[in-house]
Amino acid sequence: MSIAAILFISAGTFFFATGVIGFLRFPDFYSRMHATGKGDTLGAVLTLAGLALYNLDAGFSLGNILVSIKLMFIVVFWFLASPTATHALLRAAYDSGLMPWTKDGKPVVEWPPKSGEDK
Amino acid sequence: MENFLLTISLILGLLILLSLYRGIFGPTVFDRIIGVGFVGSKTLVLLALMGFIYKRIDMFVDISLAYSILIFIGTLVFAKYFKSKGAM
Repeated sequence: MSIAAILFISAGTFFFATGVIGFLRFPDFYSRMHATGKGDTLGAVLTLAGLALYNLDAGFSLGNILVSIKLMFIVVFWFLASPTATHALLRAAYDSGLMPWTKDGKPVVEWPPKSGEDK
Repeated sequence: MENFLLTISLILGLLILLSLYRGIFGPTVFDRIIGVGFVGSKTLVLLALMGFIYKRIDMFVDISLAYSILIFIGTLVFAKYFKSKGAM
């Protein structure tokens, strides 16, 4: 179980590191969001699941199982919450008129977009 | 295993410092908001790791749980109130 925990935690840290590299090096807001949205979610989920496994390594007492259940609750919550926050932020930027990056600086679609849906 | 957790904590601290760069110098306000969220999600994991290092995980897991809800609500509120037409 300790080996599985080490594998999970290492994979989560790897995803965090790729998310940070994409966050620093991508050219505009939308592609940065593409990197962080996935790296953030998967990194936190894998690392916390690995920590929950490692916590059970000390024995199956009631306190240990409760702590592991709480860690798995953070995992489930974060797996739902992080994509929701990403989507809300992306929608806010799109509605604010932030143009996506293109190579020649000209927008691919009609910009600014016509506000078809009134919110 | 203690050394492994300590190494992972140090790596996460380094990644927090790196992503703080975009949080401070981000070209738009939305870059700063994701910077804050990204730092926050790594702090969430770092809190759980500190609980294992100090052998007080039963206390630190509650702090981590409350902090995850705080980051989520904070990002949603920022996304709602920084939306302005034609600001960019």
